[in-house]
Amino acid sequence: MKDTSMDTIKISAKDVQVYYADNHAIKDVNVDIADKTVTAFIGPSGCGKSTFLRCLNRMNDTIDICHVEGDILIDGEDIYDRRVDPVQLRAKVGMVFQKPNPFPKSIYDNVAYGPRIHGLARAKSDLDEIVEKSLRSAAIWDEVKNRLDAPGTGLSGGQQQRLCIARAVATAPEVLLMDEPCSALDPIATAQVEELIDELRQNFAVVIVTHSMQQAARVSQKTAFFHLGNLVEYGDTNQIFTKPSDPRTESYITGRIG
Amino acid sequence: MSNPLKTSLLTLDARTKKRNAAETRFRAYGIAAIGAGLAMLILLLVTIFGNGLGAFQQTFVTLNVPLLEEKLDKNGTRDLEKIKKVSTFGYAPLLKKAMEETLTEYGIETNLKSKKQAALLSKSAAAQLRNYVLANTDMIGETVEFTFLANARVDGYLKDRVTRESIANDKSINAAQLDMVDALLAAEVIEKRFNLSFITGADASDQRPEAAGMGVSMLGSFFMMLVVLALALPIGVAASIYLEEFAPKNWITDIIEVNISNLAAVPSIVFGILGLAVFINSVHLPQSAPLVGGLVLTLMTLPTIIISTRASLKSVPPSIRDAALGVGASKMQSVFHHVLPLAAPGIFTGTIIGLAQALGETAPLLLIGMIGFIASNAPDSVASGFLDPNSAMPAQIYEWAKRADPAFYERAWGGIIILLVFLITMNTIAVILRRRFERRW
Repeated sequence: MKDTSMDTIKISAKDVQVYYADNHAIKDVNVDIADKTVTAFIGPSGCGKSTFLRCLNRMNDTIDICHVEGDILIDGEDIYDRRVDPVQLRAKVGMVFQKPNPFPKSIYDNVAYGPRIHGLARAKSDLDEIVEKSLRSAAIWDEVKNRLDAPGTGLSGGQQQRLCIARAVATAPEVLLMDEPCSALDPIATAQVEELIDELRQNFAVVIVTHSMQQAARVSQKTAFFHLGNLVEYGDTNQIFTKPSDPRTESYITGRIG
Repeated sequence: MSNPLKTSLLTLDARTKKRNAAETRFRAYGIAAIGAGLAMLILLLVTIFGNGLGAFQQTFVTLNVPLLEEKLDKNGTRDLEKIKKVSTFGYAPLLKKAMEETLTEYGIETNLKSKKQAALLSKSAAAQLRNYVLANTDMIGETVEFTFLANARVDGYLKDRVTRESIANDKSINAAQLDMVDALLAAEVIEKRFNLSFITGADASDQRPEAAGMGVSMLGSFFMMLVVLALALPIGVAASIYLEEFAPKNWITDIIEVNISNLAAVPSIVFGILGLAVFINSVHLPQSAPLVGGLVLTLMTLPTIIISTRASLKSVPPSIRDAALGVGASKMQSVFHHVLPLAAPGIFTGTIIGLAQALGETAPLLLIGMIGFIASNAPDSVASGFLDPNSAMPAQIYEWAKRADPAFYERAWGGIIILLVFLITMNTIAVILRRRFERRW
C-alpha cells in the first residue's frame, strides 16, 4: 500500500454553524480533515453528521431555508466565498448518496455524464478511457464491461452503488463524500463497497457518514463523533473506539445512547 | 362454570353483523353508482349514434343530362365568356328535361309538372352542372351521366325522418313526389350511400342541408390546435419548470400557484370575452380567425398544462436531482438533462388532454365569432390560413343544431360523432404514451 500522508490537511472547518430556519442544526464545528484518509462521521440520528457532510460540497444550497455560517476551507480556499461557483466545487468534491441513485440511462452514460458536462474528454476514445478507469476503480468493471449499454437501473443494489461511486470518481474529484453509502445494501455488497473505500483512499480524501460503528472502525483512520449538532470528539479511529475521552462518546459506542 | 364474556368464533356477535351489513350496503351503493353511470353512457352513445350515423349516408340521384347546345351556347362558338353568362337558372331546364326523360325511360307515370319533378334534386344540382360545363366546354351537345344530391326531404324520406303523415303541411314536398321517389328507388335511379363530403365538405346554406359538411370547420379546429400547441406547450412547460425548480418558495410564488389553480376553474366563456376585448377590440386581429381562437384557447389550456407539468416534475424523485448536482451539473443541466426527460411522458399526456379539452370548447369561440360561414369546398378551403375567417367543429355543430330544418339536426349529431372520434383518438394516444413511457424507480 502506498504511503498515506495523513498530515496534509485537505479540508478545514472553522466555527461552522448551520441553521434550518430557526433550528440551529450544527453548532461551532471545528475540524481538520486529512488528505488520503478515510474520515468517518458517526453519531445518533439527527445529530447533524449528514448536514455537515452536505456543507462540504454545498449541497445544502439547494435547500432554501438552510443557512451556513463560518468558514470551510478546501486547500486553504473558502468554499463559501462569494466568488466560488458551487457547480465547480462539486466537480472537485464528489458525492455518493445513501440510496443508490443511478440515472435511468445506460451504464456508460451514467459514468460519462460528469466528464461530458465538464469537458474532460475531447475525443470518444478519451471518454471511453475515463469510463473504463472509473469503473475499474469502483471495482465493477469486470461485472459490466460486456453490457455498458444496459440501463444502470437494472443492476443490483450493490452494483448500483458502485456505479454511483464510479460516476463520482469519473469527474476526477479530490474529495469523495459518502452519505451512508451502505445503508441500503446487504452484507456482501457492503463488504465490497468497504473494500473499495479503502482503495479509494490512495487517491482521495474520503469522508463517510455511517450509522454502523463497526463499519467506521473497519474503514476509517479518523473518526468524528457528533451529538445534538456538536462535534463531541474527533481523533484517530483506534483511540475513539478504545479509549474515548468524552463520556458521551463512550456512552454512544457502548450502546447506552443513540 | 360458563364465563359470560367467552364467545364462540363460530357465531357472529351483534357488532360484527352490523359492520358486515354496513360493508355490504356500501358495496351495493358503489355498484349502483357505477351502474347508473354506465347506463347514462350507453344511453348517450345510443342516442348519438342513432341520430348521427344517418348523416354519413346521403341520397343521390343518377341522371343522364343532355347538355343542350341551344341552351348553353346558342352560337356554338364555345366561347367560355359567353357560356359563363348562362346562370344556374339557365341550367334548370336541362335538369327538368333529364328528369322527364328518366321517368319515360323507366315507364314511371306521374301527373306532376316538370318543375315539381326536378324539385327532388338538391338546389345545388344546377350549380354542380354549371361547374362541370364550364370545366368541360367540349362536352356541350353530349349527354353526360351525373350523380346529384337528392333534396333533404327526399333524403329524409329514405331515412324515415319524413313520412307521408308528416308532410301534410310541408310545402317543399307532396305525396305525388314521394310516389315518384318510390318508383325511382325501385328503378335504382335514387340510392342511399356513404357520403364522404359530409366529412370533407364545407357548410351549406339553410336551403341545402344535404350539401353541408364538417371539413372546413375541422380545418379551422386544426389551425387553432396548431396555435395552441405552439404557444401553450412551450409557455406552460417553461413556466412550470421555473416555478417548480428555480423559483424561491415565498408568498409571491404561493399567490401565483393559487391563482393558476383558480384559473383552471374559470368558466371558458370568461376567456372568450377576454379574447374579444383584448385580441379583437384592442389589438384589432381579424374576427373569426383561427389565430384569435387559438390564442383564446391557449389562455384556457395553459393552466391545465402548467398543473399537469408541475405534477409530473414533482413526481421525479429528488435523488435524481441530487445525483446530477452531485457530479457537478448546474441546476439547468440537472433539469434539462435528467428531470425533464423523465417528466416528458406526463407533460405530453397533460398537453394532449388539454388540447382535447380545447378542441371541444364552444363558448369562447362563439364570443369571438369563430362561426364564419365558409361555403367553398376543398382545395380552396384548405388554403385558408390562420387569419382567414373560419369555423371550428364544436361551433359548427352548435350552428347546425340552431337551424330550423330537421336535416341540419341530423348533421349536428353526425358532427358530434366526428368530434368524439377525434377526442377518443387523442385520449387514447395520451393513455398509450403514459403506459409506454411510465418509468419505475
